[in-house]
Amino acid sequence: MRREEQPIEVIEPATLMDRVAAKKIEGNRLVAISCAVVEGTNEITYSFEDRDHRFTNLRIVVEPGGTIPSITPVYWGAFVYENEIHDLFGLIVTGINVDFGGHFYATKIPFPFAAPPAAKAPGDSEEK
Amino acid sequence: MSRQIVIPFGPQHPVLPEPIHLDLVMEDERVVDALPSIGYIHRGLEKLVEKRDYRDFVYIAERICGICSFIHGMTYCHAIEGIMDLPVPPRALYLRTVWSELSRLHSHLLWLGLMADSMGFESLFMQSWRLREHVLDDLESTTGNRVIQGVCKVGGVRHDVSNQKLNEIVAGLEVLRPQLEDLMSVFVRDDTVRHRLSGLGVVTEQQAWDLGGAGPVLRASGIANDIRQIGYAAYDELDFKPVVETAGDCYARTLVRAKELFTSIDLIRQAVEKIPEGPVDMKVTGNPKGEFYARSEQPRGEVIHYVKANGTKNLVRFRVRTPTFTNIAPLVTCLKGIELADVPVVVLSIDPCIGCAER
Repeated sequence: MRREEQPIEVIEPATLMDRVAAKKIEGNRLVAISCAVVEGTNEITYSFEDRDHRFTNLRIVVEPGGTIPSITPVYWGAFVYENEIHDLFGLIVTGINVDFGGHFYATKIPFPFAAPPAAKAPGDSEEK
Repeated sequence: MSRQIVIPFGPQHPVLPEPIHLDLVMEDERVVDALPSIGYIHRGLEKLVEKRDYRDFVYIAERICGICSFIHGMTYCHAIEGIMDLPVPPRALYLRTVWSELSRLHSHLLWLGLMADSMGFESLFMQSWRLREHVLDDLESTTGNRVIQGVCKVGGVRHDVSNQKLNEIVAGLEVLRPQLEDLMSVFVRDDTVRHRLSGLGVVTEQQAWDLGGAGPVLRASGIANDIRQIGYAAYDELDFKPVVETAGDCYARTLVRAKELFTSIDLIRQAVEKIPEGPVDMKVTGNPKGEFYARSEQPRGEVIHYVKANGTKNLVRFRVRTPTFTNIAPLVTCLKGIELADVPVVVLSIDPCIGCAER
């Protein structure tokens, strides 16, 4: 069994669009966009593959409820992943070409995969 | 410009075994845009990793889909084994390869039957499913089950299959081969099939690649992309070439799947010839820590199981990207410009599995 190399490069969210556009120019196919909650933050990983099956990943880290730009201007088909990330994780994706407005998945509770809210400090009250 | 109207297609439709909805924007009889909606059977299976032991989760991963169930279970095992760097016994990898190809055979025969049914070619549908029974019998006789096999485990497989039984499977497939050739000749040469599918729902090579297409959708558009080439399981020791067609239409996608039947038979024969003796599983201790992307070629295309673990028995994240999910974009694209009466056939041509896609 051959073990596949799968490098993951963590990048700044501000550079995402440029890096994704560079991947497109290099001839990569968008394989997947994945989101995971790790220690209270969201890791969003963009996976690509070239024609020789070289598998590479770009990762950004976003706070819960944060905003990310849509990569659909570069990869038109990314709308399925971005709507899924919005509906399951509660992240806001700006500029999606096909925006389902939160109705891509019908879930019993909103954003079921989202990071749990941070615990309140003692004495901290809802009413200010 | 003609007046535009929106016609809902699905979620219930005779060609759809599972629910997907399309809002078809029409001008007269022609589709000018299509907006897909899923979400009718989202089960949230990925979330269950937070409550189940990672070893037991194989059973849940396998139940993502009722057709490519074995490959889901195997891919999940590859992800865990990748994190833990487990030396899975070679015989187990070969057995996984044999079961993967049997799964591909029965899935493609199922789809060919459904495609024939969508064209109203009922006798072809029945012939396809009759031959599929032979493959299901092989799966049942080697795993105990026809659909959800439950034979994969982290670190190997649950039980061995004797070399004699494996040779019987190969012999049985050689008996099946001429019947499959007869079946394929209808899909390849019959005027009804050619007339109904040729030039319909075209996805160009550039579109297939840029839109993230997978599996037969890519290969029917001239791209020799088959994840078995990366060498998971025992594929790195077997010889095969991806089946490629260039027209990018429904007929090309049908031909790819029909020809892949014979690739699968050849791969099973090679695997049985080369399978080494030895154990089929290993003792797995400890918990995984790290992350891994496992990729496999399902009958519908590339599937990805991403696993992230923190050293406890429960995983942090399990994420599945199925081929149908990524083939939605090419489907929406190739629906534009076709006539309403052709929509069911084009939708079926990507072999949609909504249970997989929504998980």
